[in-house]
Amino acid sequence: GKHVEILDAKTREKLCFLDKVEPHATIAEIKNLFTKTQGKSLKDEDVLQKLPVGTTATLYFRDLGAQISWVTVFLTEYAGPLFIYLLFYFRVPFIYGHKYDFTSSRHTVVHLACICHSFHYVKRLLETLFVHRFSHGTMPLRNIFKNCTYYWGFAAWMAYYINHPLYTPPTYGAQQVKLALAIFVICQLGNFSIHMALRDLRPAGSKTRKIPYPTKNPFTWLFLLVSCPNYTYEVGSWIGFAIMTQCLPVALFSLVGFTQMTIWAKGKHRSYLKEFRDYPPLRMPIIPFLL
Amino acid sequence: MGRLTEAAEAGSGAQAARWAGPPPTLLPLSPTSLGCAATMASSDEDGTNGGASEAGEDREAPGKRRRLGLLATTWLTFYNIAMTAGWLVLAIAMVRFYMEKGTHRGLYKSIQKTLKFFQTFALLEIIHCLIGIIPTSVLVTGVQVSSRIFMVWLITHSIKPIQNEESVVLFLVAWTVTEITRYSFYTFSLLDHLPYFIKWARYNFFIILYPVGVAGELLTIYAALPYVKKTGMFSIRLPNKYNVSFDYYYFLLITMVSYIPLFPQLYFHMLRQRRKVLHGEVIVEKDD
Repeated sequence: GKHVEILDAKTREKLCFLDKVEPHATIAEIKNLFTKTQGKSLKDEDVLQKLPVGTTATLYFRDLGAQISWVTVFLTEYAGPLFIYLLFYFRVPFIYGHKYDFTSSRHTVVHLACICHSFHYVKRLLETLFVHRFSHGTMPLRNIFKNCTYYWGFAAWMAYYINHPLYTPPTYGAQQVKLALAIFVICQLGNFSIHMALRDLRPAGSKTRKIPYPTKNPFTWLFLLVSCPNYTYEVGSWIGFAIMTQCLPVALFSLVGFTQMTIWAKGKHRSYLKEFRDYPPLRMPIIPFLL
Repeated sequence: MGRLTEAAEAGSGAQAARWAGPPPTLLPLSPTSLGCAATMASSDEDGTNGGASEAGEDREAPGKRRRLGLLATTWLTFYNIAMTAGWLVLAIAMVRFYMEKGTHRGLYKSIQKTLKFFQTFALLEIIHCLIGIIPTSVLVTGVQVSSRIFMVWLITHSIKPIQNEESVVLFLVAWTVTEITRYSFYTFSLLDHLPYFIKWARYNFFIILYPVGVAGELLTIYAALPYVKKTGMFSIRLPNKYNVSFDYYYFLLITMVSYIPLFPQLYFHMLRQRRKVLHGEVIVEKDD
């Protein structure tokens, strides 16, 4: 066989050395070998002795670029909407006409919406500080700009209309608001229950992964049908909020969020399937039986 | 591949490839990255892009054409011939109108049906990307086609007073020449018979046509602004039961502003494509 050495085209550094390559191997096959030898990224906890290497271990270094901690990102992206919504709720000057400065809406649902929205983000902040156990310490820095634009932008857009002096309350009145509030509250409790269940799966300071199962808490029974019930409940909360406020921007925010969470749920579901042979077959990623 | 697995066993995580003294002779890989190595001969000229947008084509597609079914190739060839013909008809109609009438007034009205038909038909290109018979990204093609649909249906069709503006002729000419060049490029590539002047045109005309087209579009939108403001068209005001509002006038302003970051990006991407195609040729000749 032949020896094949692969260099980085820009820096001329040696990237890889393959020996005993068949002379009639195609470039495609060699590319395949090269990517196979690179393998998955190592974890901080991996022990050198336990790695499948020969007498010399060659480790590849990949610069991930500027990083920021997950906790910092979450706190920033959630504190924004909390604060911004309140600016609109209290009708701070220069948002609506001057005659409306610091006035209060005459619709009950507007006050209720403020409580729900604020509660939602306070819950998220507290969960970030006290509940969640993160697999990764950091994420790329540019994510904080992207994420904050998304959360803060939508919060401002929704809040503008809900707290507008010309806001129109829901068509079916108190009935609609009560139903929507029930959906919202149930889903918030559900979402919190799932976060607690996931936290209890993983001991403090560890990064182990286990299959989540339903517990005594009825809200966790959704685990029977979906891999990521936290996302299911989250979508449910926003649908509730949309029905409560009958505000199209809220519906659009729910739709965009749903799309993103579906992508995440599908990814999570796939990695559960890959990692655990005995993964419950009835479960769907995010919507029972459907998606 | 039996003996090759020895190197492959180095597996998950750490790399066990060994450095064994002075490097042996290298395989003749292209100086471009490993991922592009296999494309060095065929370059971006592979004409399977039956209408894919200019900006999105840097995906490698050598041999991908051979993997395309007969049905897909036949359809794409038909599609590209039809589009070339359509834009040619448009070009001829425009020239004839100007020669007969000596003015651009009424030109848009006379060609509008053909324009709307062929430009709207281009929506198919998004489907081509979705089903994978074109290697370009759906997003890029989507954006490109959408901006054309926007100009045709939401500006010139909907805002009648600006149909006789000179700026309309400006972008129509730019679009027509661009599309004829582009679709004939794809057609000839699919037929494996690409005349050099078509490739040359494709990678050089845009240098003038892109800015001219953008100028025409921006001037047209600008001319439309007063009418949009006056009529309040396509807008929703408060109060309404869905608690939302939309102001088409401000939407158009934001659209115009968005050309500022977007246009240079697309333009320089095209310039890079051009250098890669022309540059790529040079390297193939010099190769050992």
